[in-house]
Amino acid sequence: MPSPDRMPDTEPSGWLDRRFPVTGFLRREYVAFPMPRNLNALWSFGAFLIVTMAFMIASGLFLAINYTPDITQAFASVETIDRQIPSGWFIRGLHMGGVTMLFACLYIHLGRGLWYGSYKAPRELLWLTGLGLMLMIMVTAFAGYVLPWGQMSYWGATVVLNAVHAIPLIGHPLSELLLGGETLGNIALRRLFVLHFTMAFAILGVIALHVAALHVVKSNNPTGIDPTSPAQTLPFHPYYTSRDGFALCLFLMVYAGLVFFLPGLLTLADNYIQANPLITPRDIRPEWYFAPFYAILRAVPSRLGGLILAIGSLAVLFALPWMDRSSIRPATRRPLVRFSLPLAFASFILLGIAGMHPPTETWLIVSRVAMAWWFIHFLLVMPLASEREIPS
Amino acid sequence: MTRRIRPLLLAASLTALPAAASTPAQRGLVVFQQVCAACHGMEHVDYGDMTALGLSPDDIRKWAADQDLPDGVDDNGDPKTRHATPSDPILSPYPNAAVGRLANHGLLPPDLSRLVLTLPGGADEIRQILLSYAPTPPGVKLDEGRYYNTALKWKHIGMPPPLQDGMLTYPDGTRATSVQMANDVSAFLDWVAHPHQSERRRIGLYVLAYLALMALLTFLLQRRVWSSRR
Repeated sequence: MPSPDRMPDTEPSGWLDRRFPVTGFLRREYVAFPMPRNLNALWSFGAFLIVTMAFMIASGLFLAINYTPDITQAFASVETIDRQIPSGWFIRGLHMGGVTMLFACLYIHLGRGLWYGSYKAPRELLWLTGLGLMLMIMVTAFAGYVLPWGQMSYWGATVVLNAVHAIPLIGHPLSELLLGGETLGNIALRRLFVLHFTMAFAILGVIALHVAALHVVKSNNPTGIDPTSPAQTLPFHPYYTSRDGFALCLFLMVYAGLVFFLPGLLTLADNYIQANPLITPRDIRPEWYFAPFYAILRAVPSRLGGLILAIGSLAVLFALPWMDRSSIRPATRRPLVRFSLPLAFASFILLGIAGMHPPTETWLIVSRVAMAWWFIHFLLVMPLASEREIPS
Repeated sequence: MTRRIRPLLLAASLTALPAAASTPAQRGLVVFQQVCAACHGMEHVDYGDMTALGLSPDDIRKWAADQDLPDGVDDNGDPKTRHATPSDPILSPYPNAAVGRLANHGLLPPDLSRLVLTLPGGADEIRQILLSYAPTPPGVKLDEGRYYNTALKWKHIGMPPPLQDGMLTYPDGTRATSVQMANDVSAFLDWVAHPHQSERRRIGLYVLAYLALMALLTFLLQRRVWSSRR
């Protein structure tokens, strides 16, 4: 008996479908797939992330072909890509710009999920796979940043290494195991190189899980009330394909603007100086996407405490679906959360700004206050609001 | 018709610019070759990269041949050298950092490949430094091999004043004053630090124009699709 989502056998695709139901799958999941009618522009950032990942992997493969993972040649091989390899400057610009776009979209995508309560039942696994992806992307970005073997590559990685050393008992053995020695050297560089592009493909796999989970539980929407009848939905194609297509053009314009006109924003100038273990740069600054966590590391007087809190700032996100017991999804309908969550967003941004400045008294205070609010929001306000709040 | 006109157009376009006219970066290359290269190298830049500044392949070969590079050992185990070729990097004249320091009172002349990107003030800072040498004021005592320079925070630098009016002759006849040479060489180093910048911007404009057009079309498409919804 023909099922409604199968092409008739007379169609050429019907032949394929009877043997391997790929057209039926695409039709069901990407053409007829029911979407809420009221999604806003923030729902396009998932599509941006997929497109950016595609750019990263494509440009990354070309870079890997010309890169030499050896501490004496890594820096020069990147210079060769930038200067002598035809269009190398463009491929590398695409890769460097891609990191910034990836993290920008990731944080907005995550913020969207927080604001509209997209982590709540039945979307917990969607939320967890998404957070898992974020961690994987962070590890990949860290490994990737070490590869050009510039001053910031070396000293940024040293900061992370010192943080790992702060773990009692297992800290030193762990970092030696990971990096093949006490300090960063050739073994570490090769391991990070392999890690960097192995992780890239592992990320693709987890993206598949994330999207599969999305297609089971369907998209949340700004009201937080799931559509109950087909009349409340629109098919994915042509409605959201056309809208995402337009949004993608705008997104690519920002991406191209960075790559072609503001390449100086994409990396720190000190990374154009080859790594020198004997000369510590005047101030070691992380890339902007790691700045909030760097600010937390610095804001705590104890190294171990800083590490625990930096990890904790992400761990609270994993626990969120179970900390927030309210059945109401969007913050717009929750008087306490509507006030507290934007402050948590502001805290994250402030931590980021603090992380990019030298640790003066003022910036340390700003970091501590912002960090405190981040934890207060997730550990106190969310559980309390679930019980005390009267929805509006 | 076009077949006959094309070589004419080509010939005309070649003569349209007088051979002597040159850009600041092209003149800066002359300053680099005759002044800076005495102490500085650009180890990530190849001689051949200078074709982008209009240096002819023959001139590049000739310039590269001035530099000798180590080339393994001969049958007796003695070190051999060879002349550099256009695909070799423009190395510092010192065989290693220790010799460079020895020759310069303990300070190594920095590599110029990315200097404009890594100096906080960029090309303008280089220009300022080159033009801010002054006689050491009375009462100021500088170590040997340090020169008074007002552009720097600590008012001295290890590089002897490199530019003097008329110390070189530009092929295009531009008068080689210190100011002229400082302008030119900082323009050259700016180009060296990001050699693809003008191409980058030119292609960027096309990409943005294309994306803007696509944005317009997809916007119209999206409006049309959404206006027809049930």
